[in-house]
Amino acid sequence: MNHNRRVLLKGSLAAGAVGAAVSAGLLTPKAVMAAWAKDAFEAKEVNAALTGSMGSADATASDKIKLKAPDIAENGAVVPITVTSKIDGTTSMSILVAKNNTPLTSTYELGPNTQAYISTRVKMGKTSDVIAVVKAGGKLYSTKKEVKVTIGGCGG
Amino acid sequence: MAKSIKLRAKAKDGTATVKALISHPMETGLRKDKKSGKPIPAEFIQEVVCESGGKTVLSAQWGSAISKNPFISFKFSGAKSGDSIKISWVDNKGNSDSLDGKIK
Repeated sequence: MNHNRRVLLKGSLAAGAVGAAVSAGLLTPKAVMAAWAKDAFEAKEVNAALTGSMGSADATASDKIKLKAPDIAENGAVVPITVTSKIDGTTSMSILVAKNNTPLTSTYELGPNTQAYISTRVKMGKTSDVIAVVKAGGKLYSTKKEVKVTIGGCGG
Repeated sequence: MAKSIKLRAKAKDGTATVKALISHPMETGLRKDKKSGKPIPAEFIQEVVCESGGKTVLSAQWGSAISKNPFISFKFSGAKSGDSIKISWVDNKGNSDSLDGKIK
């Protein structure tokens, strides 16, 4: 009788511990998404972010990548960026903002039929270089452009 | 969260241009609540996947530096009008949404 009660108590305690872990954020679905390059997105330096997202920070400057961004962004919270690569065999792309707290904004893996063209909008904390890095045939190519920001988009 | 995605895909000469707008707060986790002074917890999309005809055409990983209500546009070839297209996202809190559409 007494023994059973112990077992039951233990069981409910264990269940309680799991529940607490979930609510404490220890077991959030984040753990499931191992594919997301956490280190790269949390890296504070461009080189570290590149190594995390593209496997290397050794990028050759190339004029075959077209980076379209405004010269002056009035609002740093919404800066339209378009990257087009004319390098054959482009398989992935990353867009970085050099002086952001965490430079890596996004990485794109292209399918076999997908053209090397990405357009999106990023946040910029202050005036900085925007860097587009493209991976083609195992090598990295990059291009950059300075965007002046009059109102920052990070922080409040 | 069923209506967070707006999708427009058009095919012309075998090339599809996809434009998608997702409504999402994209909080960085660095901003502070002006009244209480407490940081607003991070909430941003981490993964966006687009499939067409059962094949993945684009898989993107996003950080918190993508603007609020993100917009993304891309192109892929070998597409024709009427092809199915599916776009889905997952954020850092585990929320997700997807939308099925057709290429016009």
